[in-house]
Amino acid sequence: MSEHIVQPRVYITIFLALLVGTGLTVVAAKTDFPGPLNVIVALTIAVVKATLVILYFMHVRYSARLIWLVIGSALFWLAIMFALTISDYWTRTWLPPL
Amino acid sequence: MVRFSEVIRHVPEGLATTHEASHSALQHHFENMEQQREAGTLGMWVFLVTEIMFFGALFLAYTIYRYQYPAAFASASNHLDLRLGAINTVVLIVSSFTMAMAVYSTQIGKQRNTIICLILTMILGATFLGIKAVEYHDKYRDNLIPGQLIPGHPFNPEVAKPGDTDEHKLHLVEGATVRNVELFYWIYFAMTGLHALHMIIGIGIMLVLTLMAWRGRFGPEYHAPVEISGLYWHFVDIVWIFLFPLLYLLGRHLEGHLG
Repeated sequence: MSEHIVQPRVYITIFLALLVGTGLTVVAAKTDFPGPLNVIVALTIAVVKATLVILYFMHVRYSARLIWLVIGSALFWLAIMFALTISDYWTRTWLPPL
Repeated sequence: MVRFSEVIRHVPEGLATTHEASHSALQHHFENMEQQREAGTLGMWVFLVTEIMFFGALFLAYTIYRYQYPAAFASASNHLDLRLGAINTVVLIVSSFTMAMAVYSTQIGKQRNTIICLILTMILGATFLGIKAVEYHDKYRDNLIPGQLIPGHPFNPEVAKPGDTDEHKLHLVEGATVRNVELFYWIYFAMTGLHALHMIIGIGIMLVLTLMAWRGRFGPEYHAPVEISGLYWHFVDIVWIFLFPLLYLLGRHLEGHLG
């Protein structure tokens, strides 16, 4: 069987990293960063945590490229949905009403 | 590592030439167990893509309204219980760890460990739901359930006057209106409610897996259901990893200089 067995010590490392990330995100939330940085910091930490879960807990790091393609397509479609909707709202005040 | 081309065109070499091809769990339309396992994993991932779009739409709604009504969203977010939210985040992360360990236990053929890990995962999931129930009850008590979802208890929070530090009252940041705070709570209940529903389904799945493990169905040659259910469980954890900062931590840097 060519299935890759991930060792518990990998899981433990990722688990500890996730706990650290959680603590970090709470501390960072209470700190006042200039401008829009609070959101960026919070989302960056969340994306890093999610990536760790996907790559290691969900075994994607050891999975077929087809799985990577499927995950990529999800991100692609999410990006389309967000980009088109937000650009609509964002540009509503650019033109005077008809 | 299996290549794209192998999954599409060829049958994975692994077990086609050995007697494993007659494993009792092998379905007739697959050549061998490995192909079956990979097809199952692919199927679950395609389903998770639909789930990502499902939750994604709600995250989009949150994004739009958060940027339209920042003060109301910050005020409402600060009124959520940060400790309970953080505890729940840790609970789910631990449950993902126990889930991963359950999969590992099947891979090395340790039935007892598998059952223990699955039961721990369920207990943690139930803990999460219990804490959410406490939070929902607090909202009910403070009249923060939006619209008229609870007949006779419309959305009607008590707004704190300047200088009042009562935690049960809503503290509004300058520019926030109660109407827009209600909008936050619509999104809060929709998203955490949908997430909790997924949690309940996940616990149900774990229950079935535990029974199957108890009956000795899983081992190194066959544990696809555990792995695939693990994917679902980790996905639910990931949704919460995003929900927690967006719902609970939004305006915490403003706490301290509220109106």
